[in-house]
Amino acid sequence: MIDFIARFFKKDKQSKDLAKERLQLVLIHDRINLPPYLLEQMKEELIGVIKRFTEIDEEALDIGIESSDRTVTLVANIPLKGEKKV
Amino acid sequence: MSEVIVITSGKGGEGKTTSTANLGAGLAKLNYNVVLVDTDIGLRNLDIVMGLENRIVYDLIDYFEGRCKLRQALIKDKRLNNLFLLPAAQTRDKTAINAEQMKKLCSELKEQFDYVLIDCPAGIEQGFKNAVAGADRAIIITTPEVSAVRDADRVIGLLEEMNLPRPKLIINRIKPAMVERGEMMNVKDILDILGIDLLGVVPEDENIVITTNRGDLVILKEGSEAGKAYSNIAKRLTGEEVPFLQLKTKYSFRESLKRIIGIRNN
Ligand SMILES: Nc1ncnc2c1ncn2[C@@H]1O[C@H](COP(=O)(O)OP(=O)(O)OP(=O)(O)O)[C@@H](O)[C@H]1O
Ligand SMILES: [Mg+2]
Repeated sequence: MIDFIARFFKKDKQSKDLAKERLQLVLIHDRINLPPYLLEQMKEELIGVIKRFTEIDEEALDIGIESSDRTVTLVANIPLKGEKKV
Repeated sequence: MSEVIVITSGKGGEGKTTSTANLGAGLAKLNYNVVLVDTDIGLRNLDIVMGLENRIVYDLIDYFEGRCKLRQALIKDKRLNNLFLLPAAQTRDKTAINAEQMKKLCSELKEQFDYVLIDCPAGIEQGFKNAVAGADRAIIITTPEVSAVRDADRVIGLLEEMNLPRPKLIINRIKPAMVERGEMMNVKDILDILGIDLLGVVPEDENIVITTNRGDLVILKEGSEAGKAYSNIAKRLTGEEVPFLQLKTKYSFRESLKRIIGIRNN
């Protein structure tokens, strides 16, 4: 218990939590079979395509990979400015 | 209703052979007819783990290449008369057999046995593909370490591609004291990561080393923690619902269970 309180205040992570976080990250890439640089490239091209059609808020956009129950999902939150391009 | 179950892990040394031997004995003790097939060609070990190494005359490849009948290659266990071993060849390599042969073998064995347990070699190459070819379902073994868990995930993905039902997980060599200190991933951590169901947890137990030294099986040894864990897993394999084992620690029974499973007290 004292151990636990000490850890709570020290806020340094237990090694098992680091193991879990590191695994969760690396497994996303393992599972989609896409190395990080290609994932970045994919995001950029995706944004490029959308920008051909409409203005987007590049500051606020958020594209990421989420994983739950062995299903990996590409989650994109891309605020549109609604200004016509064509 | 016979079943072929492959025991696999990806990474080497996770406890596949130990688990195959003990679960086989566990199922035999429950009065099922069981055969264990060692597919680790060139690195056979199931024979020595079971203490049957001196009884081998023919092996898997002798059978595949027509030098003996199936029944001649089957070695009867010295303790349980409804448990058999089909040993791997030691002087050949993993490319000496193929998936088609394994499929055919599995269906032949299913005619005679209730459970066919396949001890898979480490890795994800030919040997792995042969081992899983005739399986109806798979068990994944991992220790609570990052490299083992990562490799287990890879194997789960490969099994998915092969359209096997989602495998169940055995977590092996858990050290309750380290889990308590937060220095080893607990059961919940690993289940969160892998996203598959738990079949059982086997603690680190020196009785495994001791019994293996003698060619005995820990599941047949009274009072060992690992033996109890394997007995429970064998029952779960037959469909029986058995509550998960509480591993011994300096904490109370309930408390240590909560800690190992990953529920915090607050
Ligand atoms: N729960 C345990 N407690 C203590 N020792 C264990 C435990 N499980 C396995 N071992 C030991 O770990 C070693 C590896 O086990 P085993 O041979 O069963 O693994 P494996 O997955 O079949 O290995 P390989 O990939 O080489 O075939 C053995 O020496 C075994 O005795
Ligand atoms: Mg082995």
